[in-house]
Amino acid sequence: MLLWIIQRDLLLAMRRQSDVLTTLFFFIIVVSLFPLSVGPEMNMLRTMAPGIVWVAALLASMLSLGRMFSSDYLDGTLEQMLLSPHSLFLLVLGKALAHWLVTGVPLVLMAPILGIQYDLPADALFVLTASLLLGTPILSLIGAIGAALTLGLRGGGVLVSLLVLPLYIPVLIFGSGAVEASSAGLGYGAHFSLLGAFLLVAVAFSPWATASSLRISME
Amino acid sequence: MNWENWSEFFAMGGYGFYVWGSYVVSFVCIVGEVMLVSKRRRTLQKQRGLIHEPTTKEIENETTP
Amino acid sequence: MAINWFKYSSPATYYSLAGKLIPIFTVAAVLLAIAGLYIGFFVAPTDFQQGEAYRIIFIHVPAAWMSMFLYLVMAFWAAIGLAFNTRLSSMIATAIAPTGAMFTFLALWTGSLWGKPMWGTWWVWDARLTSELILLFLYIGFMSLQAAIDDPRRADKAGAVIALVGVVNIPIIYFSVNWWNTLHQGASVSLTQSPKMASTMLLGMIIMSLACWMYAIAMTLIRSRVIILERERHTAWVAELHEKEAA
Repeated sequence: MLLWIIQRDLLLAMRRQSDVLTTLFFFIIVVSLFPLSVGPEMNMLRTMAPGIVWVAALLASMLSLGRMFSSDYLDGTLEQMLLSPHSLFLLVLGKALAHWLVTGVPLVLMAPILGIQYDLPADALFVLTASLLLGTPILSLIGAIGAALTLGLRGGGVLVSLLVLPLYIPVLIFGSGAVEASSAGLGYGAHFSLLGAFLLVAVAFSPWATASSLRISME
Repeated sequence: MNWENWSEFFAMGGYGFYVWGSYVVSFVCIVGEVMLVSKRRRTLQKQRGLIHEPTTKEIENETTP
Repeated sequence: MAINWFKYSSPATYYSLAGKLIPIFTVAAVLLAIAGLYIGFFVAPTDFQQGEAYRIIFIHVPAAWMSMFLYLVMAFWAAIGLAFNTRLSSMIATAIAPTGAMFTFLALWTGSLWGKPMWGTWWVWDARLTSELILLFLYIGFMSLQAAIDDPRRADKAGAVIALVGVVNIPIIYFSVNWWNTLHQGASVSLTQSPKMASTMLLGMIIMSLACWMYAIAMTLIRSRVIILERERHTAWVAELHEKEAA
């Protein structure tokens, strides 16, 4: 069931390559903008790199939240999903994971390359990529709640960011904090365990909240 | 009593700007909020009033031959 | 005498009940505020370390407490409205939000105005100020979501979901901001609070908090009545209510 919906969404995403690439290009452009604005001075960029990459990943995944349910909402498949005997919890979990695969994973793969742009040492690059790998699913899961709530609203795109950004802050803090802690030699163990905890809580609760929001929006 | 005269009271030991700045803004916010709600209530009544009036006029027009 | 709680859950009876309660709470708020301010400015001694600047505490701390407390009360009513499908509880939650947002803004404003003489800058990324700022974003998120949805029933429920998700996140945000803050610049100067406070200072603060609480209740009752009028426009009892007021 879960695999079916993930496979279906991936298939849909692959048919429209542009969605996948737009998020990725947005991420690349935002990350490359900062050196232009802040100046090419290397060690400042190195200290700011984790924060910039994380904020860019946050914005990129949030931009594509709107599309998570809207295409199904418009052509009515979302209503069929709500009526289907399968548990909506799994359906929504599948959709969020599919969204993560489409938007989160490319960011994670691209992060090391962009890290080189900021002259990050190898171990910091590894920690950055690992923290993104751990963090981006949380972004998709929490984002799913916002996407479900603002389904079919005019100006929904901006509204999603208003709803979801405050909830992203702990993930942002520990995600970029992990890289700084590891480069400062404090070790990233604590940060990763917390990110892992957030991930588990998100996987357990956010689909339930998204499902109830979908029922509310679809009434 | 901490203050001998009013001017000392307003000076507030040199921090007058900060202390009164925060209290004045608080007062302005509270008054603003109260006014906002009453304005909202008045527009509601005005709308009620407008809807109500045309119906009575129409009735008069119909009756005159 | 079993109190029939649901008698007051219908907007009509609640409307008249709220009408009677509003003057009581308003008068209580005004009296308590006057008493609190009198104690704060005329009875409480000058602080040995901060001089007179600490008197901002009498509005800053109550506002901060109220901002947190009102969010919890709002989430409570939103949850009740979601669970029992009672329109009135969601209306009360919607009525609380603006007052809560105002107190959060006041807490931030007075906090930074207090920070200027004490820490030298208008804004310090102190853990409390930062989580207060995030609380303001949560309020704004709640209000803008409700404003964006036209159908009141869906707005109530959607608002309830975001309020509950927010309430779950408040401790997480506070914890992570605290962790983040102590990691960066070490524990920042904490305001001289509770343990070493003279009793009159504490008393002044408590009274001011009560005043803010009364004000918040009165404000919520007033705004909930207006929301009732807006949403129950089509009902008969609102129509003849307007006749009475118009006459």
